[in-house]
Amino acid sequence: MINLLPDVKKLISFYYEGFRDMSAWGRKVWLIIFIKLFIMFAILRLFFFHDFLHDKYANDKQRSKYVLEQLTNSTTTND
Amino acid sequence: MIEHFDMSLVDWSRAQFALTAIYHWIFVPLTLGLSFLIAIMETIYVRTGNEEWKRLTRFWMTLFGINFAIGIATGIILEFEFGTNWSNYSWFVGDIFGTPLAIEGILAFFLESTFVAVMFFGWNKVSKKFHLTSTWLVAVGANLSALWILVANAWMQNPVGMTFNPDTARNEMVSFWAVLFNPVAVDKFLHTIFSGFLLASIFVLGISAWFLLKKREGWIAKRSILIAAIFGLISSLTVVFTGDNSAKTISSVQPVKFAAMEAHYYGSENVGLTAFGVLKRSGKKIGDKEIMDFAFRIRIPGFLSIMTGGDKNTYVPGIEDLVYGKEDSRQILSVADKIRQGVFARDVLNHYKKAIMVNDTGQIRVIKNEYFQDKKFLNENFRYFGYASLMKPEDAVPNVALSFYSFHLMVILGFFFILLFIVSVFLLMKGSIAKHRWFLWIALLSIPLAYIASEAGWVLAEAGRQPWIIQDLMPVTRAVSQISASSVMTTFILFAILFTALLIAEVSIMLRQINTGPKHSEDKL
Repeated sequence: MINLLPDVKKLISFYYEGFRDMSAWGRKVWLIIFIKLFIMFAILRLFFFHDFLHDKYANDKQRSKYVLEQLTNSTTTND
Repeated sequence: MIEHFDMSLVDWSRAQFALTAIYHWIFVPLTLGLSFLIAIMETIYVRTGNEEWKRLTRFWMTLFGINFAIGIATGIILEFEFGTNWSNYSWFVGDIFGTPLAIEGILAFFLESTFVAVMFFGWNKVSKKFHLTSTWLVAVGANLSALWILVANAWMQNPVGMTFNPDTARNEMVSFWAVLFNPVAVDKFLHTIFSGFLLASIFVLGISAWFLLKKREGWIAKRSILIAAIFGLISSLTVVFTGDNSAKTISSVQPVKFAAMEAHYYGSENVGLTAFGVLKRSGKKIGDKEIMDFAFRIRIPGFLSIMTGGDKNTYVPGIEDLVYGKEDSRQILSVADKIRQGVFARDVLNHYKKAIMVNDTGQIRVIKNEYFQDKKFLNENFRYFGYASLMKPEDAVPNVALSFYSFHLMVILGFFFILLFIVSVFLLMKGSIAKHRWFLWIALLSIPLAYIASEAGWVLAEAGRQPWIIQDLMPVTRAVSQISASSVMTTFILFAILFTALLIAEVSIMLRQINTGPKHSEDKL
């Protein structure tokens, strides 16, 4: 059996050392990335951006029915 | 059921999507182009072994890293908006978007994320050749990621390779290759990535010019200018070629957009291309839409006809022809006819819906066989399904002034950049570029112009497609979710604050690094 453990260890240490020796601007940029992802997923996604159809309807059949209704109802003067 | 279309909801949803897409597009083109420029610079370093080229590469890699990191995931917000604000559209596009976006996600994650780490953490840890390969793979990966999102966007401009399933109210992909090799997708991909290369070249040129103005980093600045000018010149000439192809394709698949781009109202042969023009109100109207006339323009005689059909006798239909139709040999279908076809398709779908509601299996089978499996119905009626939602024929016309100015601004700036690159090469060859401070200032001030040109291209692509979200199949009014306009307005403001903060962060970190210069760029991300 091939022993992958040394390679995995090398890979982990590659990333570990990379992050450990990061420059000031690199740290700043990573901080911005984490803040941004937090705002996007923990605030915007959770409180503002719900999946409209998934929240409103329990299954795909109901969703299809709803969208079909939206596509075919007559709201214009073309009737 | 929708009682009426809330235009403020549609407008706010569009404004929000436009804001997000415009901000997202600030980060993307620089990533697309700078990745290749860095790969070229590093290749020279590996081939020559000259440490100065390594310093140069690492400096530009730092700026690439800042832009890449700040821009990460800004596109995901667009996907949030699809599900929340554009749920009818998201459902209707079905798996057409799912497949390309899934491929994009996998490519972005594995190719970019893995090799970006090697690019920044791998100096002196992996071999020179492996590092160089990683840099090239980041460039290729970033550009391939762009391919898939552009394929999805091209489908919205020219929906092909799918069939509509009336049971699920979704489009289903029947030919992956038709979607991938959609002529709009091919043109759009090439035009977009080369415009990204052009923007990145201007970015490198401008910052290098700043170094020369400050009498700093002369060696690095001049070599950066040389690489950027040659790469930029090749890219900008390719942009002209792909732009020409793109215009030809638009003239056949989105003729109203094409006519709006040129403010071309009345069809004729031997039509000139407007090289520069200023629009004014004419007082004349097409329906309730005011016709914009030219206060001033410079035309290239016959060139629009040559562009579209190869010779000056090619008839180029104007907005009026496309709205009211032409029943001569040109057989241009009027919008009123398209509305009739669309209403017929909608009525068929309504009958189908009712048959499903009462579980009338016989009727369901008949409608499916007679219509949804009939190519004639699909090609002659269902392809105009979206027209059933238009109130009047003139609604099929996009904002002419916006389309015209965004197109011409992009084109004028594109030709200005070609001149800029040619002069850069010329002054470099003469060995006098550092003495021409006026030119260095122009190069520096061209950085924002490159962004303006790039954004103008997207404004044209999206605003010129209006009123459609999917050309001829779905207008924006049918695509929006029935949520409150005030909630969309709130998130619009939140996004404006978030993205502006991100942009300020990027610009300030980048300016600091530029000011620090290449000497101190032994940093890692």
